[in-house]
Amino acid sequence: MLKDITLGQFFPGSSFLHKMDPRMKLILTFALIIIVFVSQGFVGFGLILAFVLLVTLSSGIAFKFLVRGLKPVLFIVLFTFVLNVFFQTGGEVIFKLSFLRITDGGLRMAFFLAARLVLLVICSQLLTLTTSPIALTDGLESLMRPLKRFHFPAHEIAMMMSIALRFIPTLMDEANKIMKAQTARGADFENGNLVQRAKAMVPLLVPLFVGSFRRAEELAMAMEARCYHGGEGRTRMRQLRYGWRDGTAAGVMAALLAAVLLLNYFRVV
Amino acid sequence: MSEPIICARDVCFQYDDADHPAVDHVTLDVMKGEFLAILGRNGSGKSTFAKLLNALLLATSGTIEVDGLRATNEEDCFAVREVCGMVFQNPDNQIVATIVEEDCAFGLENLGVEPAEIRRRVDETLRAVGMEKYAETSPSMLSGGQKQRVAVAGVLAMKPKVIVFDESTAMLDPVGRRDVMNLARKLNREEGITIVWITHFMDEAVLADRVVVMDAGKIALQGTPREVFIRTKEIRALGLDVPGMMQLSAELRAAGLAGLSATTMTVEEMAEELCRLKSRI
Repeated sequence: MLKDITLGQFFPGSSFLHKMDPRMKLILTFALIIIVFVSQGFVGFGLILAFVLLVTLSSGIAFKFLVRGLKPVLFIVLFTFVLNVFFQTGGEVIFKLSFLRITDGGLRMAFFLAARLVLLVICSQLLTLTTSPIALTDGLESLMRPLKRFHFPAHEIAMMMSIALRFIPTLMDEANKIMKAQTARGADFENGNLVQRAKAMVPLLVPLFVGSFRRAEELAMAMEARCYHGGEGRTRMRQLRYGWRDGTAAGVMAALLAAVLLLNYFRVV
Repeated sequence: MSEPIICARDVCFQYDDADHPAVDHVTLDVMKGEFLAILGRNGSGKSTFAKLLNALLLATSGTIEVDGLRATNEEDCFAVREVCGMVFQNPDNQIVATIVEEDCAFGLENLGVEPAEIRRRVDETLRAVGMEKYAETSPSMLSGGQKQRVAVAGVLAMKPKVIVFDESTAMLDPVGRRDVMNLARKLNREEGITIVWITHFMDEAVLADRVVVMDAGKIALQGTPREVFIRTKEIRALGLDVPGMMQLSAELRAAGLAGLSATTMTVEEMAEELCRLKSRI
């Protein structure tokens, strides 16, 4: 059961999006999120939604993956929607019940905010679904490299991320084993109320923690034995290269930004 | 086989929190191209000695030279580690990267080798250990023996002259154990890499060129496997077992097969001996 969890939920493929440079994907995802927040009218959102759907379609990722990813944030989206419907004012009042008022301006604001949240989640999902965790860490390390000048530990963060990714399945296995061992000794992980169940996790977490410290120590030694001495003077086998896809994608994104800005300028709603 | 590649002279090491030394005045030469097995019970100092060989630990006193480099000098430690690679016991805790070929490249990346050269050496090394099919696989999908082969590849890619196996088969199933042992022997025979094989499996030590038995931080016995294992009483006193086939031959001799050689160590030798005896009847 614990094995089903995969971080970043990468979906392998060979589409345009899969073959893009991870750095460009990171930058463009960020750009797309900005565009989503800049956009102000129905036409603009329609345009962005059409773009995102087109991209999803071309990447060969099933829509159900995106929908599944939306589930955890559904509550937040609904909550902000309701909150905004009732507390945003402006425009004509279209519904009134004692102190509750719904205005058409508030309704619009609430709708836009919800739409932004949904698009935000979908954008970041498109990134993690089409980029392998390794490519993602490589891309992040490369993008963060200029920050080194300000003593930002870019290499260390990337190394930590990749080691964390490497050990997730290992620790899952170990957690499973400990769980079985503790169940055999009479531990009960499945019954009881929330407090009882949280307490039952203690005999699972303590050995898991102790075990990971031992692992960390051994891994550090193994890394040292292979001449690891930090990011200084280190090369990478995988070299990131921008290709025609990245240029094209950047162009498309710039066009989308221009379109949204123009729509804003001419107040098209 | 003539000149030594590792010269340890009067080496001592004591852990900070221990009251007696883990390695106590050890003097040992390992010859170029040799397959040396180091045996000993738990706490005999064999793993500590292994870590002194590539400067993971620095000896408290005495000198260790590996291929002319001082493993007792902090400044030389990276150069020593390049010459003398190490494969550890737990296959899970020595693989760094999320896919096999990345892990194989890890050491070379640390050395600052050119990307194209890394690619070439990684491909070559993965072929050498027979893991080329799994280049893009996650290590968590592999069996213990396969993981150890990846660990060997990670070391081998750095083109070391010596590889120390620190109980690398202890956590494996019999199939994985044989796999890793055969790989080490192949590297020893075909690539001329000196192997220091630390183990507590007698049946593995039997296949070495020379056996050193450690106890309480000192060298208790050394010699060819035949010379060492014939001293059954001393071996037992050191908390070790006699190889299975030697045990069998001793029992067969006691049961009246007097013609059987007392130094039969491997299954093949035993089969040969028995056939020889049978033809005589």
